[in-house]
Amino acid sequence: MNTNKNSYIFIYATVMIVIVAVMLSLASLLLKPKQDFNIDVEKKKNILSSINITAEAKEVPDLYKKHITAVYAVDANGKVMDGVDALNIKLKDELVKAPENRSYPVFEAINKEGEKLYIFPIQGKGLWGPIWGYVSFKEDLNTVYGAVFDHKGETPGLGAEIAQPDFQARFKDKTIFDETGNYTSIKITKPGTTAPTIHNVDGISGGTITSNGLGLMLKTGLENYIPFITTKKDSL
Amino acid sequence: MSNKEPLFSAKNLKLLSGPLNLNNPVTVQVLGVCSALAVTVQLKPAVVMAISVIVVTAFSNLVISLLRNTIPNRIRIIVQLVVIAALVILVDQILKAFVYDVSKQLSVFVGLIITNCILMGRLEAFAMANKPWQSFVDGIGNGLGYGAILVIVSFFRELLGSGTIWGYQIIEKTGLYDLGYSNNGMFILPPMALIIIGVIIWIQRSRKRELIEKS
Repeated sequence: MNTNKNSYIFIYATVMIVIVAVMLSLASLLLKPKQDFNIDVEKKKNILSSINITAEAKEVPDLYKKHITAVYAVDANGKVMDGVDALNIKLKDELVKAPENRSYPVFEAINKEGEKLYIFPIQGKGLWGPIWGYVSFKEDLNTVYGAVFDHKGETPGLGAEIAQPDFQARFKDKTIFDETGNYTSIKITKPGTTAPTIHNVDGISGGTITSNGLGLMLKTGLENYIPFITTKKDSL
Repeated sequence: MSNKEPLFSAKNLKLLSGPLNLNNPVTVQVLGVCSALAVTVQLKPAVVMAISVIVVTAFSNLVISLLRNTIPNRIRIIVQLVVIAALVILVDQILKAFVYDVSKQLSVFVGLIITNCILMGRLEAFAMANKPWQSFVDGIGNGLGYGAILVIVSFFRELLGSGTIWGYQIIEKTGLYDLGYSNNGMFILPPMALIIIGVIIWIQRSRKRELIEKS
């Protein structure tokens, strides 16, 4: 057979593409539930580690059910919104909307000692790509209980250190409001330049841009929750 | 097969062992170096990457060899790429479903197997002209050759850069940290992978004189 005829080439290519397309769609369809489950577990694992609970993938669903007591979304004025699937809100998509149309997820949790905690997700930019994290607060909604950050592709050994537990541990017991109640956020400062206070954390040497991005993410990210924090504090 | 050659004849075994030494795709043909730098920070992702490449080289070689007499010459490169790409996407989907944390570490590099020159090289040079079984073995051999380098490099990078092997704290157990030893951060960065591959090439060439080019 002449395999160099145009008609043969066209038929060959068409048949090949159809076979490959069917095969790949089938694989994608069959594996999708398992992949979605993994993504869900990953997210819940991050949420749990922001309240200092480290879990193996297998234990995540049970631990999540045990420690996360409520999940809801709040609007820009801090009001709780009804009928929103808060767990599946994509913060990245929310942040490009006009502020009044956004919804922010809030997670309420209890830790092993039975203390009530609030977890806020945040999202920002590092040096090479997106960075994100979860910050948990004690019931006063001022003192950080724990924090977890992750990144898409920061430089290993430098910016990527934000995902290391010993860096994240620096945030514990820092506060985001000063004595008079003004919002200060938690600043990321150059190591060794500023005396440590309860409002700053040493950044990463060599990871300046990632550190700056992290500082900005904390500032703007937590700022979005101030209306919610204020209403919550008033009702206390 | 028309000539009743045994499945594991000396010739076929040579297809398997050649790429591990005298015809290694990374150290001799210097192919696939990019991913060898990128995924060798730790042993576990390197092993998963190696297995993925072995699967893809073996099966793309097999498929192309089965089709070799029907493939129109003018679009053969496209056909080869479609076969490789389809297999790589399959592998990527399977990794995402079953070893999610490793697939996250490998990130884009699984997808980039498509552009790994070892694959196209084997398809063009071997599978297009040889029988399915030989091609399959050749694919496994070349995947193994690539994987062996990955494992060696990642072993040293993980041990010296993070003080762990397969995630287990090795250096901590030996008590070297108390004596003032610390991990070398350089090993986490890609340049050290290049240097380790360079050292492997050096050792290999000093032992196998025939690899040294006459100039």
